[in-house]
Amino acid sequence: MRLKVNAKTHEVDVEDDMPLLWVLRDELGITGPKYGCGIAMCGACTVHVDGVAVRSCSLRVGDVSGEITTIEGLGSPGAMHAVQAAWVEHQVAQCGYCQSGQIMAAAWLLSVNAEPTDEDVDRAMSANLCRCGTYPRIRTAVMTAAAKLRERKS
Amino acid sequence: MSRAGKIARRTFLVGSAAVAGGVAFGIYAYKRTPTNPLLRDLGDGQAALTPYVRVDQGGVTIITPRADVGQGAYSVQAALVAEELDLPWEDIKVDPGPPSATYYNGKVLAEGLPFAATDDGLLARNARAFGDVGGKFLSLQITGGSSTVPDAYEKMRVAGAVAREVLLLAAASQTGIAKADLKTRNGAVVTPDGRSLSYASLAAAAAKIDPPATVTLKPPSEWRYLGKPMLRIDMVAKCTGTAMFGIDLRMPGMVYATVRTNPRLGAGMKSHDASAAATSKGVLKIVPIAGGVGVIADNTWRAFKAANLIKFDWDPAHYPPTTAAMFETVAASFVPARQDSRFKNEGNIEAALTGTGVIEAEYKVPYLAHAPLEPMNAVVQLKDGRLDIWTGTQIPMFMMAMAASLTGLRAENIHLHAQLSGGSFGARLEDDYVRQAIELAKAFPGPPIKMTWTREEDMTHDFPRPLAMARMRGAVKDGQVDTYDLSIACPSVTASQLGRQNLSIPGPDVAIVAGAWDQPFRIPNYRVTGYRVPELVPVSSWRSVGASGNGFLHDGFLDELIHAAGADPLKERLRLCWHEPSRKVLEAVGEMSSWGSDPGKDRGRGIAFTISFGVPVAEVVEVTNTPHGIRIDKVFVAVEVGQVLDPENFDNQVRGGVIWGLGHAMNAELTHADGVAQQTNYHAFEAMRLYQVPLIEVRALTNAKEIRGIGEPTVPPAAPALANAIFAATGKRIRELPLNKHIDFV
Repeated sequence: MRLKVNAKTHEVDVEDDMPLLWVLRDELGITGPKYGCGIAMCGACTVHVDGVAVRSCSLRVGDVSGEITTIEGLGSPGAMHAVQAAWVEHQVAQCGYCQSGQIMAAAWLLSVNAEPTDEDVDRAMSANLCRCGTYPRIRTAVMTAAAKLRERKS
Repeated sequence: MSRAGKIARRTFLVGSAAVAGGVAFGIYAYKRTPTNPLLRDLGDGQAALTPYVRVDQGGVTIITPRADVGQGAYSVQAALVAEELDLPWEDIKVDPGPPSATYYNGKVLAEGLPFAATDDGLLARNARAFGDVGGKFLSLQITGGSSTVPDAYEKMRVAGAVAREVLLLAAASQTGIAKADLKTRNGAVVTPDGRSLSYASLAAAAAKIDPPATVTLKPPSEWRYLGKPMLRIDMVAKCTGTAMFGIDLRMPGMVYATVRTNPRLGAGMKSHDASAAATSKGVLKIVPIAGGVGVIADNTWRAFKAANLIKFDWDPAHYPPTTAAMFETVAASFVPARQDSRFKNEGNIEAALTGTGVIEAEYKVPYLAHAPLEPMNAVVQLKDGRLDIWTGTQIPMFMMAMAASLTGLRAENIHLHAQLSGGSFGARLEDDYVRQAIELAKAFPGPPIKMTWTREEDMTHDFPRPLAMARMRGAVKDGQVDTYDLSIACPSVTASQLGRQNLSIPGPDVAIVAGAWDQPFRIPNYRVTGYRVPELVPVSSWRSVGASGNGFLHDGFLDELIHAAGADPLKERLRLCWHEPSRKVLEAVGEMSSWGSDPGKDRGRGIAFTISFGVPVAEVVEVTNTPHGIRIDKVFVAVEVGQVLDPENFDNQVRGGVIWGLGHAMNAELTHADGVAQQTNYHAFEAMRLYQVPLIEVRALTNAKEIRGIGEPTVPPAAPALANAIFAATGKRIRELPLNKHIDFV
């Protein structure tokens, strides 16, 4: 089957019921999305399908019809997305394992809600688990990124 | 006296310990003997100026032997060397280096000694120095016990300074300019006329120069990196998905695997039926391993899927099958025959508790899983008599020994490549997952095999933090706490964990009473007794180890006594506390939280204090009793660490520890049925989520002499501060964790 990931088209030979996460990681070598729970409870595997945040560990690749963006496609070390830049500015990461998913969740939130309230951020980001406890910095970084994105638009 | 003079004097004072400990003279000796492990693998044009500094044409690489499991260990180790070596921060390169006894941890044993961190007596100091010798003797290259910074603080700065001296000497001999006229700046030696000789260009010459016997370290007033907020060297990679964790490795010809073993830890397998799995798509081989079966496939998910198809008949557990039955064993352990320690025994407890008015309580804490977000995994390749292991680990030397015994290979044919870990909290102090991967490699030699545990395998095979019970008795007199008798019954983490490495501990296990017996309070009649419960489920070190549960046990009942005395929780703790740095954190947190002011309707404030890993920590938690449950509004935390090396990372670690402590206290436990952990994934074990996180205000105090680590010490007082706040807000005293067994949280 054919998959478009980070603007590149790939031909993969996998069964329909393989979760997208494992196609990305083991078949395509795209390892930014992480395996944490396999049951959509932690959010470490979050990617965008047609701009919408989804849990790639629980999405059958056969059910994917849109274009996939992973953390690698959101931005790169030399050209970071505003959310990634805010994450670096506030030094959010500790172990970093959940942060690909956190950043993808935040980027999606800001794409649908340019001016989130504290409550919006709490609600949207609470589905992503962080065992290290970086939550206070996640809150701050989302707000910084939101301000930066609004600035760019205006 | 110069800094170098001080180091030499201290070396003399503590005798052979510090000489062996490799401060100034130790570093000198490393260069001359084969104990610099970098010398073995040096390539052309490479120089290993100390065991921590490798220079070649590409520049300087700093060896960071302590594992980075998220606590920023690579950055802080790099900063210590880079500060003295004058390296530009943006070019810092690190390499965890090979496992080596040279990288032993001289501080990690200190916490296992029966001397309180507040004890500065001769006996305690000598014992700690002996801990340094012990660390070397046991080749303890271990990351843990919040010891990375205290252990590295001097030795890695000295390593940087020695390397700088050698590079200056090399430049002097190359240019003919006197060394005294040369300076270093941004990774280069600079001549008086402004020429810049990069360290890389001096590598070959430097390799031939003997390092100096002594060096002078920069005074803190000249520090450019230490004490400043530095951008963590892994931050950009971790925010762009480009950081490689062990689980992310890819190699040509790699195959993928998972294992299923008996979730009754340590028990075996009677039989299994893998006929359906064998024909499942992508399966390459099914391999029996100790206690279960491994599946090797061409994709991790296909291995998971096939493993799910295997039918197992497991042996029963070696321990009681249910949590209730296990707690019966714990409760039956408060007997003289199981007494492990009584390090604190002041006044006359029995006489003080003969009259009326004795206050009694029983407290319980549960098993807790480490559950780092990256499940345990390892890449292992056994090929042509050589074993390569790629994994995140805090115990590289133990892992090497295990690999040698399992394969029969000599150490020089085993190569352990340390990887970044997606969390640990103590989980990477074990090596069972690597043992399993090696078993697979022995059955399937040739290609690299990436073995990954499912989350369910990880949750049900974690060696958890032990359960524990405490029985307390106490009395108050004239509005003051007069008597506190604390008995704790808990399995021994140290015996269980070292037992898996075929080591044993003589004497009592300090972890059973850590965070309780060693608290700096002066109570007229004060006794802490540890009882060693049989092992039950094999247990392990979990962020803050013994103090993780004992902070709740000790401070929770202290709060009860203070309330019984009708005293103010802060004022009475201050009155009882004799240790000046600890008093300072209590005073600080009182001021931060406006202690004594009215918290408002349906609100309550709780305070708790624990000293652990030598770090006094006081926390105040503010809660609101809403119609739907308890909401945690604010946390104030004051800590004493001697010195803060990176305020940014410090703040992140402190808050992370508070959130860890609060979150698990709120809702997390591992319970057992039929010998199996019942919480198999994060739906049943979640701790804190973002919407529940309070505002956390942090203050660092730096009055103490010793520098300390901060990864763990903020955990122990979090649970009691929360329970004490709930009592203040509701009048309900909860004596069992997790608290949500007795009250709801919003």
